[in-house]
Amino acid sequence: MRQRHLWFSQARSWWQHPAFGRGIREMASVSPGLAAWGLMTGVAMVKSGMSSFEAVAMSLLVFAGSSQLAAMPLMAVGAPVWVILSTSFCVNLRFVVFSAHMRPYWMHLPLRWRMFHGYLTADLSYVLFTRHYHHPPANPDESREQLAYFSGGSLFNWVSWQAASLLGIALANVIPTHWGLGFAGILALLGVGCSLASNPLRRVSAGVAGLAAVAAYALPLKLNIVVAIASAVALCLIIEETMPKRTGTAS
Amino acid sequence: MNSPALDTTDLWTLGVIVGLTLVTVLTRCFFVLSSQDWHLPHWAQRGLQYAPIAALAAVVAPEVVMLQGQLISTWQDARLYAALTGAAYFFWRKGQGQAVLGTIVSGMLVYLPLHLGLGW
Repeated sequence: MRQRHLWFSQARSWWQHPAFGRGIREMASVSPGLAAWGLMTGVAMVKSGMSSFEAVAMSLLVFAGSSQLAAMPLMAVGAPVWVILSTSFCVNLRFVVFSAHMRPYWMHLPLRWRMFHGYLTADLSYVLFTRHYHHPPANPDESREQLAYFSGGSLFNWVSWQAASLLGIALANVIPTHWGLGFAGILALLGVGCSLASNPLRRVSAGVAGLAAVAAYALPLKLNIVVAIASAVALCLIIEETMPKRTGTAS
Repeated sequence: MNSPALDTTDLWTLGVIVGLTLVTVLTRCFFVLSSQDWHLPHWAQRGLQYAPIAALAAVVAPEVVMLQGQLISTWQDARLYAALTGAAYFFWRKGQGQAVLGTIVSGMLVYLPLHLGLGW
């Protein structure tokens, strides 16, 4: 009982913080694009031959659009389970990078909360959070604010993604995929990417990663994404080391 | 044996869905699972500030300039103009206010007519 009480008061300390609402508002400004993407993911699951129940279960549990899209065609042809799971793992490798980044922010929390926040760390929850908070919390107040902001954004992202995806499952036979509504999701990611391009090295990072992802596209299991991130980060570190220090580094 | 037919729910598919869920949890929580006291090396911590924008660019770029695994060889592709319009809108607004929403809306306003109207 006491355990449960602690759990509840921890969660309450986040949603009652003003940063929780700020997290929701900032996520809300990108959610239309993600909703369109979620909608098309819902449609694609049903069109790949899944039953409505399977599609709903996949959406609610897996909660990873790119991994779902990669797994669908493999499941439809009954590929070996290890192939499906390792494909999904590789498509999700960028989340492993994200979790390394989030570790110092969360390590003071109990494991169940680390896993809760980790599970909700989709692309945009991570990117919007790290755009605001460049350093791990130095004291309990900062930690509360950061977790409130993260929870607001990531929960809103979960709800709007799921609502759109379930709508897509329901309307799968009405919405034609050739309309290309899913492109709105790419535009949402593009917009957030632009908002991150706040210093020259970050623009270098974006350029290198974009080129590398296209050049290495032929790699299996979407490994081009990981190669792109690794080469962009490595090059930026090298430039940082070799260029003379200027004022106003990472903002 | 295990090809799911339309609107029948089979155990194989549900099993794969559970497996995919575990993959999501494992990858998203990878470095926060262990409670051991260790820290990322300093260079890695500095490098990680370049990871978010790299991840986004790596996801977005192929979706704009590639089609079925090939670099597109035509200018008649709605995605190019939509992405350029969206980015132009963002920088015109200097990222203020609802600039990301504007990126999505202006991009789709260019994309849909070109894609559905002209078949680009």
